[in-house]
Amino acid sequence: MQPSLPLFYTFNFYLFGIVAIVAALLFVTRKSPVAAAMWLVTTMFALAALFVMLDAQFIGAIQVLVYAGAIMVVFLFVIMLLNLGHPSEVADARGRGWKLTAGAVGVAMLAQIFALTRVHIQPHIPAGYLSRQIEATGVVAPIAGPLFNEYLLAFEVTSVLLLAAVVGAVVLGRRRTATDAG
Amino acid sequence: MLAEALFFSAVLFTIGVVGVLTRRNAIIVFMCVELMLNAVNLTFVAFSQVYGVGGQVFVFFVMTVAAAEAAVGLAIIIALFRHRQTVNLQNVNLLKG
Repeated sequence: MQPSLPLFYTFNFYLFGIVAIVAALLFVTRKSPVAAAMWLVTTMFALAALFVMLDAQFIGAIQVLVYAGAIMVVFLFVIMLLNLGHPSEVADARGRGWKLTAGAVGVAMLAQIFALTRVHIQPHIPAGYLSRQIEATGVVAPIAGPLFNEYLLAFEVTSVLLLAAVVGAVVLGRRRTATDAG
Repeated sequence: MLAEALFFSAVLFTIGVVGVLTRRNAIIVFMCVELMLNAVNLTFVAFSQVYGVGGQVFVFFVMTVAAAEAAVGLAIIIALFRHRQTVNLQNVNLLKG
């Protein structure tokens, strides 16, 4: 990172981080699935802003398009399709034992991750290298280079994964008719 | 900003874990998993500032896997709803001993 960041940058970074965390808290505490989905979309938008501020502008755009745009729309579509708004589905929090367990697990994980983040990290690339690279070659080129060279095999395998997911979703979502043998 | 980004990511991931453990609605549990994936993406992007752009490429793959997972998972939830008329995980206890 650059040694001195403008106050505007720091302020906005904290602002969007806090927005993301507050929206996530509201998301897990909402009773209605639709309200929960809306707060999750807010979290994802705030995360997209954080991505942009961390020199990942392309990832930020993809976050808005794919996560907030496509995946959450599919979630909302399923909520609407199953008509989950009615009261019997609304109150779904688990009992006291589960809540205490979840709280303990949460505190333990937070402690672990805080301990890990205090480790001194030795930078492998010079400070500000990524933003200079983006200034020189544009936003997409620094990602596209490694994606189609070093990670080409993984990229191709991903297409097989997507095909398998499409076929699986169609098979699972198909309504069984009387003519089906199974 | 690396430490702050890791802090936000840790808090978001923990919120996701707590959501998975405390909610019974299958769709909300599933959305909590998406939240955890997003938190991990934030870590990848933050570390790509000190370790090179490979982290951002990984975020790309994580998003692809998340999209595939959402498609299959929601299809499973729809099949479950057709079978049981509910998405409450308490009623899905066939494997319970």
